[in-house]
Amino acid sequence: MSNIPADLKYAKSHEWARVQGGEATIGITDHAQHELTDVVFVELPQVGKTVKAGEACAVVESVKTASDIYSPLGGEITAVNKALGDNPALVNSDPYGQGWFYKLKLSNPSEAASLLSPEQYGAQIGG
Amino acid sequence: MKRTPLFMTHQRLGARLIEFGGWEMPVQYTSIVDEHLTVRKAAGLFDISHMGEFLVSGPGAESFLNGALTNDIRKLSPGLGQYTLCCNESGGVIDDLYAYRLSAEDYLLIVNASRIGIDFEWIEKQLGRSPHKGRVQLRNASDEMGAVAVQGPRVAEFINDCFPGDSTAGTKVSKASELQKNQIGQFNFQGKPVWVSRTGYTGEDGFEVVAPAESIIAVWDTIQQRGKLSGLKPAGLGARDTLRTEVCYPLYGHELDEETTPIEAGVGFFVALDKGEFTGREKLAQQKAEGVEKKLVAFRMADKCAPPRPHYPLWSAANESARIGEVVSGTQSPSLGVGIGMGYVPPEFGKVQTVLNVEIRGQRATAVVVPKPIYRKAG
Repeated sequence: MSNIPADLKYAKSHEWARVQGGEATIGITDHAQHELTDVVFVELPQVGKTVKAGEACAVVESVKTASDIYSPLGGEITAVNKALGDNPALVNSDPYGQGWFYKLKLSNPSEAASLLSPEQYGAQIGG
Repeated sequence: MKRTPLFMTHQRLGARLIEFGGWEMPVQYTSIVDEHLTVRKAAGLFDISHMGEFLVSGPGAESFLNGALTNDIRKLSPGLGQYTLCCNESGGVIDDLYAYRLSAEDYLLIVNASRIGIDFEWIEKQLGRSPHKGRVQLRNASDEMGAVAVQGPRVAEFINDCFPGDSTAGTKVSKASELQKNQIGQFNFQGKPVWVSRTGYTGEDGFEVVAPAESIIAVWDTIQQRGKLSGLKPAGLGARDTLRTEVCYPLYGHELDEETTPIEAGVGFFVALDKGEFTGREKLAQQKAEGVEKKLVAFRMADKCAPPRPHYPLWSAANESARIGEVVSGTQSPSLGVGIGMGYVPPEFGKVQTVLNVEIRGQRATAVVVPKPIYRKAG
């Protein structure tokens, strides 16, 4: 059974967003890390870059594959998780906590309403 | 897709299954990194039943095989095996394989799963044209046999519990753990004869077991049970690939193909030019004398970066517009925690410590040519 925290919003492409006021923290879900297993490298966007909702902005590499990560929300990147440089496996062990990818200053906070609720995401992954 | 007799076992163990060479095989049971590290520290159990087994017998078998394969098969006394290659007339590799001499006139060839059909057709054709034709029997026994590999420093602790007693053919030993590297012995397993060799594809100590297909599930279950206390875990093709890449063992379709010679691939040691005529000898002798145009090098990434992967372009570090080759095998090394790989480059870029650039998703990352094997056990 995948872990799907109740306080987050989700994208169909298996990213999560923790929205707090005009800012959001982004990562990939427990389901996604379980599918990938063994994350060996994460390519994060540059701080200061502006991304649009749905735009590919990061790459997660496992032993066997490289997967694009699509920003669930649009805005300016304000921070990236440097800890993933030394310990990419945090994405597997703590996908909603220490495995976070980047933080955003939202350009349009109302975009969050069109993300999936935990129940909707759970239904999508068949949990 | 074809399935080995162990398919249900893999399902029961929760394996993730993928297509490999026409077979539905486990790529991992838990995690590739965990399975890899378990083989390096304790023991791992691999299903290799998809591989092919050819039986070549008769008074003409030795001479025939010596003319078809690159290594000197006359070096094999009964109960011994050797790594060897089968080349076409241009020296290109049809397959790499292990050849075992089971008795005076019986040989067992273990070939790659993806090449079973091609290899058998090729060897049959060679036999048809051979002066030894009437004195050799050739049989493709792949569908009748299963095989597993049990690899790791702790395997010797429990292998005798799996195959107790003396060997009944091949190398004479009173227990399986007495087999030396490359030796093979036949053992009685629940009333059936199984071949156990001290060989492997991981760079660790270990054994490979070839058994009748109907016995292979019991062989797997026995090994898994007896190996538990030594930390044995099932391991899939993902770990098999990272393990062999770390020690720079070639994989057909990557380091080896019909347009690549053993000399170019750096396995000239297994080409016995002095033994007499064999298919491909002329080109290989020429390459040994004159040099090659492409050479297999091993490299490791200089910095933390995304892992190198097969087909990624290789560029010269000195001349940015010179694309010099391609990665054939690449991965993040679980043992070393760094990206590693092998690729073909012109020989002038092949010296150890040469700096290369690997193009990884549009960006160039620095790599350094290193000696093989890339991973070596300490001490």
